[in-house]
Amino acid sequence: MLEYSILAGLLFGLYFCLVGLGLNLIFGVMRIVNLAHGDFVMLGALGACGLFGAYAINPIAAAVACLILFIIIGFPLYYLLVPRLLKSADPEMLSIILFFGLSQVIESLTTIVAGPTERSIPGNALGEHPVTILHQTFPSAWVVSAVASGVAVLLVFIYLYHTRIGRLTRAVMVHRDEALATGIDVGRVSGLAFGIGLGLAAVAGCFAPFMLGGITPASGVELTIQSFTVIIVGSLGSPLGTVLGGLIYGVSLMLMQTYFSSWAGLLPYLLLIAILLVRPSGLLGRKVRHA
Amino acid sequence: MPRSFRNTLLVLVPLVIIAALAPSFYANQLLLFNVIVFLALAQGVNIIYGFTGYLPFGYVGFFGAGAYGFALAVMHLHAGPIAAMAVGAATSIVFGLVLTPLLRLSGPYFAIANLAAALAISEIVSNPALESITKGPYGVSLSGIFAPTFSYSVAVAVLAFATGCVLYLRYSRFGLALQAVRDDPISAAMAGINVVWARTVAWLLSALIAGLIGANFAWYVSVFYPDNVFSPDFSIFAIVFALFGGVATVLGPILGVVLLYGLYNVIGISTPQYFQLIYGLLIMVLVLFLPNGLASLLRRWGIHVV
Repeated sequence: MLEYSILAGLLFGLYFCLVGLGLNLIFGVMRIVNLAHGDFVMLGALGACGLFGAYAINPIAAAVACLILFIIIGFPLYYLLVPRLLKSADPEMLSIILFFGLSQVIESLTTIVAGPTERSIPGNALGEHPVTILHQTFPSAWVVSAVASGVAVLLVFIYLYHTRIGRLTRAVMVHRDEALATGIDVGRVSGLAFGIGLGLAAVAGCFAPFMLGGITPASGVELTIQSFTVIIVGSLGSPLGTVLGGLIYGVSLMLMQTYFSSWAGLLPYLLLIAILLVRPSGLLGRKVRHA
Repeated sequence: MPRSFRNTLLVLVPLVIIAALAPSFYANQLLLFNVIVFLALAQGVNIIYGFTGYLPFGYVGFFGAGAYGFALAVMHLHAGPIAAMAVGAATSIVFGLVLTPLLRLSGPYFAIANLAAALAISEIVSNPALESITKGPYGVSLSGIFAPTFSYSVAVAVLAFATGCVLYLRYSRFGLALQAVRDDPISAAMAGINVVWARTVAWLLSALIAGLIGANFAWYVSVFYPDNVFSPDFSIFAIVFALFGGVATVLGPILGVVLLYGLYNVIGISTPQYFQLIYGLLIMVLVLFLPNGLASLLRRWGIHVV
């Protein structure tokens, strides 16, 4: 039982890394809080469900399509919202309200277009046979989703640490003004990071029907809170911290579900509050307190 | 005539008279009651967000704590409605005290932690494991104390209290101290303001108002489910109404509630998703172009907003 929950927790943890990574990338590069993150996850999920239902397209292919589509959407959205926001008096604070508005717009438009019904994909869309790892048997959808998440996270790290534009992105993360002064096109780097952040959210969404159950247009808020828990446990603005946070979150969620199942729903909230109060900088990170 | 007295005469008295007399001119008392609920909540948000800069994304936690404090007092202690309202308000203040450490967090982290706290308390109350105490997700029925006219007049009193608090903050040393803390806590502390104390008082005052109106709501509707009194819509509407009108003023939130809740009642009830679309867009436009609400627009035209 214990081995099963820990292994399942690690599989879910890999997935939660992916869920939180896009949010953290956007926060790290622009210091703004994308409160609509969960809604982009939701859009990805509904996209995958729609493509699977209509054309029986494999969710992995849908994930690749979503990534490209949302990177393309991210650019204009960035130029529409972010530069104006960053000029205001308190961008971090106002961003939370602005993106909350965006999340409402996305949720309502999705309800108008797709209806409020719950969508899901049958679990056998990602392989028929259960997979055995270390004598424990898991549904193949979990394993495939976890592996796909791991690959996506790995690709983000390759982008950040082994490409030129990734190095520029990290420079902007460290110090925006200094990056501007050294001649980096901060706008373009941030726009790309914004698009990748949204794209990662949508990719995570494509696997959400397998890992989190049915998705409705109103699922966004809960997904946003879960993503926040992951990145705050790790630490804001640090992609490596997100991986740690995701794994911790996944394992503790599975342990809660095994041993205290009726209270498992409380976990993200309590973990979030506890970490913010005890160690607000997260396990690997910067200071967020002020008074 | 002192300014505080004149403003009371100009704003508070007419507001209370209109709220008290409205049911005799307009038959839908539930709608009027909801307007009062949102007026009180918007003023509560105004106190904590407008005067101290903390955005209470989980403000509904206090509202629900008040409602459930009221319900538990009636169900288990067989208290009368007024005593039960006191219990509801006390529950909400206790919840506020538990959350006081969150005030150590800066802006966005506070908002997220507060949202998580509200979701957590809602999850606890609606947990089937606590069915013997809170009735879990199955909701409470207090039909024995149902008294719409009486509870409506109590709601008018709560509204008067909430508006009075904001009037006081708007024109008092303490209110100015809070705004100084909001703008620059370090300079405010240097000027001799007890920053922690000032913030805590504003926070608990705002919790008290939400708790009172929450208990009042529980009394007025008498039958409700956790999802009704912990609906995130309460926090969101209260914040949007207050922001739209303009925080740190008395009239701003009132204006916001009257205009936007009016709009909600025209289109929101039959087609909630279109209303959601409109207020989502409205929030975005406000943040980008008018971050201080309608009141700042009026001020730009040289009109003093109380």
